[in-house]
Amino acid sequence: MLLRLEPRGQRSRLWTYASPLLALALTVVTAAVIFAMLGKDPLQSLYVFLISPLTSATGLPELFVKAAPLILIGVGLSLGFRANVWNIGAEGQYTLGAIFAGGLALSYPEAPAILLIPAMMLLGILGGMTWAAIPAYLRTRWNANEILTSLMLTYVAQLLLIYLVTGPWRDPDGYGFPQTALFSSSATPPILFEGTRVHLGVVVAFLAAIVGWIVLTRSVIGFQLRVLGQAPRAARFAGFSQERLVWLSLMVGGGLAGLAGMFEVAGPVGQLTPSISPGYGFTAIIVAFLGRLHPIGVIFGGLILALSYLGGEAAQIDLGMPNAVTGIFQGILLFFLLACDVLILYRLRGPRPLAGGA
Amino acid sequence: MTGQAETIKATGTAVPLLSLTGIVKQFPGTLANDHVDLTVLPGEIHALLGENGAGKSTLVKIIYGVLKPDAGEIRWQGQPIVVQNPNHARRLGIGMVFQHFSLFEALTVAENIALGLTDAADRKGLRARIVEIARSYGLHLDPDRAVHDLSVGERQRIEIVRCLLQKPKLLIMDEPTSVLTPQEVERLFETLRRLAKEGCAILYISHKLEEIRALCERATVMRFGKVVAHCDPRQETAKRLAEMMIGTELKAASHHARGEVNGGPRLEVRALSLKSEQQFGTDLKDISFAVKGGEILGIGGIAGNGQAELMAALSGEMPAAAPDAIVIDGVAAGRLGPRERRALGGCFVPEERNGHGAVRDMSLSENAFLSGHVRRALARNGLINSGKTARFADDVIRSFDVRTTGPSAEARSLSGGNLQKFLVGREVKQSPSVLVVCQPTWGVDAGAAAAIHQALIDLADNGTAVVVISQDLDEIFALADRIAVIAEGRLSQAMPIGEASIEQIGLLMGGTHGAPGESPAASVEGRDAASA
Ligand SMILES: Nc1ncnc2c1ncn2[C@@H]1O[C@H](COP(=O)(O)OP(=O)(O)OP(=O)(O)O)[C@@H](O)[C@H]1O
Ligand SMILES: [Mg+2]
Repeated sequence: MLLRLEPRGQRSRLWTYASPLLALALTVVTAAVIFAMLGKDPLQSLYVFLISPLTSATGLPELFVKAAPLILIGVGLSLGFRANVWNIGAEGQYTLGAIFAGGLALSYPEAPAILLIPAMMLLGILGGMTWAAIPAYLRTRWNANEILTSLMLTYVAQLLLIYLVTGPWRDPDGYGFPQTALFSSSATPPILFEGTRVHLGVVVAFLAAIVGWIVLTRSVIGFQLRVLGQAPRAARFAGFSQERLVWLSLMVGGGLAGLAGMFEVAGPVGQLTPSISPGYGFTAIIVAFLGRLHPIGVIFGGLILALSYLGGEAAQIDLGMPNAVTGIFQGILLFFLLACDVLILYRLRGPRPLAGGA
Repeated sequence: MTGQAETIKATGTAVPLLSLTGIVKQFPGTLANDHVDLTVLPGEIHALLGENGAGKSTLVKIIYGVLKPDAGEIRWQGQPIVVQNPNHARRLGIGMVFQHFSLFEALTVAENIALGLTDAADRKGLRARIVEIARSYGLHLDPDRAVHDLSVGERQRIEIVRCLLQKPKLLIMDEPTSVLTPQEVERLFETLRRLAKEGCAILYISHKLEEIRALCERATVMRFGKVVAHCDPRQETAKRLAEMMIGTELKAASHHARGEVNGGPRLEVRALSLKSEQQFGTDLKDISFAVKGGEILGIGGIAGNGQAELMAALSGEMPAAAPDAIVIDGVAAGRLGPRERRALGGCFVPEERNGHGAVRDMSLSENAFLSGHVRRALARNGLINSGKTARFADDVIRSFDVRTTGPSAEARSLSGGNLQKFLVGREVKQSPSVLVVCQPTWGVDAGAAAAIHQALIDLADNGTAVVVISQDLDEIFALADRIAVIAEGRLSQAMPIGEASIEQIGLLMGGTHGAPGESPAASVEGRDAASA
């Protein structure tokens, strides 16, 4: 064996932050290799995938539109992950938020926007929380693993959505397509910059990141979450209730995911369809880890992964590649991130010294 | 053994097993080792002495390949070497028992030992060899028990057995006895003497100077990262050794002669029974006692007899069944959680500092906030008042002479004894009405131990009810007004310290059983003789 891993004995602060950068670099190199193997010019392809989406007039605004749900969800997840609460089902919570808010928008299309939008936001949060409450209850009451329960509920949520848009909520004038009617204009969140799709949700996402940052680093609750994650016995010694913190983590994660779902269907999508999410809930997990479970880091993570969605679309159009490119890029990034994170606790060593030393 | 080492010294021809020259190790803000020289001869038992934070653990970690020195040379059997990592050290024949052990809680004893072995071949027949080594060296250990159910003392035996399996030429022990019972210590010493006679050198770190005098034939004394003296501990008194370490005269805690304590009880425990949450834990059975303000109650007993459960029950980590099973200052607190008990005036220092009393990767400020935020009002509107928290941490650091770079230092950067001083200080500085501390001077040097004892006495003098749970009978006799003994989850009647005889305490500690072959009474007598 040429290289060996050797425990450092403590976490390396340098590698905590260097690891995502190295992972990104390795991902870009690997992507180039894959493009070459597909018979494309690797540099040209990288340009199309990573740079061209940002060069058009609408490029940057679109990046923020795509990043908004990722940041919203990622902030919530990172708070929970800090406490070792592994909510993997944000996708389902997102879907429920969309359903709750969408239901309201369909029921009261004539209501004034000033009432309807806040009410939809509240219902979106409520929808996400409701879905997250199930794993929270199962975990605190029966000690059921929230990774499994929250993940499985994602599929239930998806089926519920399909049932609604093909059944009771289907648009009667929609030629039988599985989708609801378009939401009324008063159910559409205001656009902030003329000529773009940048909506209220983008600002809310950034606000959530800033509030999340303050909560995590300055508040007693954030402190409790960190202690629970790092030393559960010390949390108990200090009297921080694990049950409460598990509930809190899942409610915050679910609520923000639900809010992201509300903004997405009310804004860019404009109606409920079976494909209201290109996997934002799962991608946000990568976002959270790429952002080092820090709300400000999550903003950067969110922007980078948003680029992978835009790049995927561009690669489809300009290079004739399947849209699986996005998923592949995200998968490779997660793979390298996990691998590079090993360097936080271990250092890489050359070959073992020969007998003289041993 | 002595003979061998002395012959070698006399002839002057022998190659030292290990020699260090000019070892330097700099941490941010601390020069932990400042040109340290050290020579260990084959088969000798060599003590490494020094105050908390003198750099002892750092030095042995360098020898064991855990840390890299910034400068200096290491020679092993005459050959200059660079110890790459602990695996390399083990292949060289160096074994080490750490001050803080790292075991996987969910795995069994045998599995933990298997994980520490580098060669898969070594795992064959491992279980049988563990049993064999444990038996022949008198280290009682069941290979099939899960680690999370074991007491600190039992965990340490795992580490010792793990080393012995590798047949080391040099065995490094960093404060191995701080958590052992007197009889375990005696047996460990037999083991070590036997190993030395078989030619294995032992490098031994301890703050228990009487033990050093009984065990070691040579000592190297460190202060502030430098070697300041060499001596033969058998020729010195414990007091002299302590003074060599701290460089000044040692002040013993003044025993408080307060006579009769008046006033009502501040802590009352009534018929407390509690099922342990651990599979092999000890259930508490019908425990009753009361402590008045100004009084120190010592609770003695062999580790694993319910001390951890009693601590958890008093601190609120494990609530009692009935509200009035625990009464703090007249308020029924049995069903209250730790924070509410703290609000009533209860403060607690658990036995384990890493991950229980303190969060290793958090700063001292954050660790001060952990248990101090209720009584010192360190939070405002749900936000941490970081200025006030840092000032509180700084106050603890100054009053208890914690050697560190400041409140923003991470807990893990402190030496073991310094972290202990911080944790005791953190609770003492909250002016508790009731203070319960477990092993208050675990791993603390003689000077600091005296300071901690003095702080507990001062606290009692100011009206606090103090409970000291300790395996160290000397400590209890030096501090307490009354003593009770916990055995198999039952607490004996407390008796005034002046009326308690060592024999009586020994019998109580035995309960109805002891570990096989252990006779507590005999060992307590042994201890009595040693300290006399
Ligand atoms: N990882 C670290 N980062 C920063 N400082 C450190 C680190 N490890 C140790 N130190 C500092 O180095 C000094 C020596 O520590 P060391 O653990 O060697 O002391 P020690 O002699 O073993 O003390 P004790 O008797 O309390 O165990 C201390 O001041 C400690 O704070
Ligand atoms: Mg030490």
